[in-house]
Parts: sequence; C-alpha cells; structure tokens
Amino acid sequence: MVESVQTPVPQAHSQAHSQAHRQPGGMRGFVSDWASDQQAFKNVSWGKAMMWIFLLSDTFIFGCFLIAYMTARMSTTVPWPNPSEVFGLTIAGHEIPLLLIAIMTFVLITSSGTMAMAVNFGYRRERRRTALLMILTAILGAAFVGMQAFEWTKLIHEGVRPWENPWGAAQFGSSFFMITGFHGTHVTIGVIFLFIVARKVWRGDFDTGRRGFFTSRKGRYEIVEIMGLYWHFVDLVWVFIFAFFYLW
Amino acid sequence: MAQATVDNSAHVQAPAALSAEHQQHPIKLYLVVWGLLFVLSVCSYFVDYFQFQGYLRWSLIIVFMLLKAGLIVAVFMHMAWERLALIYAILLPPIAVLVFVALMAPEAHYTMLTRLAFFGAAPGN
Repeated sequence: MVESVQTPVPQAHSQAHSQAHRQPGGMRGFVSDWASDQQAFKNVSWGKAMMWIFLLSDTFIFGCFLIAYMTARMSTTVPWPNPSEVFGLTIAGHEIPLLLIAIMTFVLITSSGTMAMAVNFGYRRERRRTALLMILTAILGAAFVGMQAFEWTKLIHEGVRPWENPWGAAQFGSSFFMITGFHGTHVTIGVIFLFIVARKVWRGDFDTGRRGFFTSRKGRYEIVEIMGLYWHFVDLVWVFIFAFFYLW
Repeated sequence: MAQATVDNSAHVQAPAALSAEHQQHPIKLYLVVWGLLFVLSVCSYFVDYFQFQGYLRWSLIIVFMLLKAGLIVAVFMHMAWERLALIYAILLPPIAVLVFVALMAPEAHYTMLTRLAFFGAAPGN
C-alpha cells in the first residue's frame, strides 16, 4: 500500500502526480491515499488543498453565526420581525417582498457563473478572456456590496440598531449586521483579490513566469481556480444566509 | 511549493498540464448549472412571494437551498471530479455543525421557557 518514494522533494511531487493515475479509486483509494507517505491529496496541489481547508474553517465560522442566530430567534419571547416585509421595496406604489435580496442573489449567482468560466478559460491558457471574465466577476461582486450598503443604509434610517428595532425582537439587528456584515467583508476581500489576479493574468505573469510582488514566487494558472474556489464559497454562504435569514 | 522554485521547466509544466486535462469541461456545463441555479433561486423566491407557511415553507426552503449548494460545490468548485480523500476531508467535518445545531435547539427552547417562567410574555427580554 505504501509507495517507497526515495527521490528528493521536487521529483517526488511530480511523481506523486503521475502516481495519482495509477492509484485505485473509490473506498480503496480513500484508504490508501490517507495511509500513504508524503501526500494524502494525490492530484491536488498544496495551494488548492489549503484553500479547501481554509474554506472548511470559514464554514465553521458562518455555521456558528447561523447557529447563534437560530438560538436567538428560537429563545426570544418577542415576535421576530417578518423579513419579507422588512426587506421589501415599494416600487410604483406596489410592495414587493424581498426584491432587493432577490436581485442581490441573482447578481451573486451570475458572478459565480462568470468565475467558473474564467477558471475554464484559464486552463485553456486564453489569458485575455480569463482576465475579462474575472474583471466581470469582480464588477458583479462590487455591485453586490453596493446593494448591501444600500440595504444597510435603508435599515439604519428605519431605526434598526444591534440593540433595538421598531418591529420586534431586539436580536434581529445584531444577527443581521453580524451575518451580512461578515459575508459582505468576504465579498469585498474577494473583489480586491479578483482584481489583483486578473491583472496578473492579463499581463501574462503565469506565461512568462514573472515573480509575485509579495511572495517573489512564480504563479500558475491554478491560482485562477483557487481564487474561484474562494469566490464560489462566498456564493455558497449566501445561499445559506438567503435561506435561513431572509426566507425562514 | 517546491515546484515553484525549481527552474527546470519540465517540473513546472508537468503538474499544470495534468490539472488542465483534469479540469477540462465544456462551457455548456457551466451555463446549464448557471441556469439551474437561476431557476432554483426563482423557486425559493416564490416560496416567499406566494407566502407558503409552516412545514411546506420550511421544507421547500431547505430543498432548494441544498440543491443550490450541491450544484455549486459539485460543479463550480469541481468537487465531483476530486478524489474521495479530499471529498471526505472537506464534506464530513461540517457534520459537527449539525451536531451543534442539535445541541443548541433544545438549549434555545430551555432559555425561552425560563424567560416565560420568570418574566412572562412581556416584551423587553
């Protein structure tokens, strides 16, 4: 089961890659991967594995926020404000429930779609298309943050504070600001990194082997996919926030 | 990583080329998933728009949420094409979150009952 790899580290890595193709699949593959030397994740680079592990830790953070919200909402004796009305918009005299939130959801899903295509073009080495799709993703992300800022402003004007609000349970404000605030921060960080990586792709850094300004290491097109993992995760978290906070 | 610092281009190219062949899917796949996510989002919006209530509302919300999450993780994040070693490492630990939910739900009920017992149903708790 354990392969004896005696070669120094650089060769060992590419060897691990070629070994992944000879590895058994399914449950046997799962057991032998975790029981083997050097690398449990056979055809995943350290960058991708670490992004997945970071996202796992972020899952626990947002999981804890949503559990805190669940506990607050279940334990209050005061009625919870009806999100359908709180987040409704009045357009031309018609009260449309959750309209802004629905638009925000579609914007974020669209940005996830453009990101997925950027990753695809990245692996085809079509660097202009990759960079343009990433910039489009970043613009959609910025639009999302803008709409969230509008939503926050509207609610603050209506008197929502972390300790009180005009409609019911006081915990509504603190849950809302903490959960959407943390999510919005994640989107903002994603937008910044999307612009940074898009610039590198556009300039051809991953073709010429230009070294990064911060790590002084050469990047690879895989960075686009790792960036994509983060971005899709932000979309994923929104799916849960949308379901539990806005719809429930 | 070692390969990033090694100047031998063969070492730099090999893994990248391998992942490229590993992750090559037609654009149509992403467009289909994108469309499905749109449809599912519209469905979950309609749950609120038509004011479904009670267990019907909650189960519809959960079903649409899980379908959307599954599509994003499986296709957009390429989890469907990863090896089981990574899939289990990432997808099993969040079960702990569900355990936490199961712990906190009775705790929340208990808090509410004590609030009702000591302060009554009056606002300001």
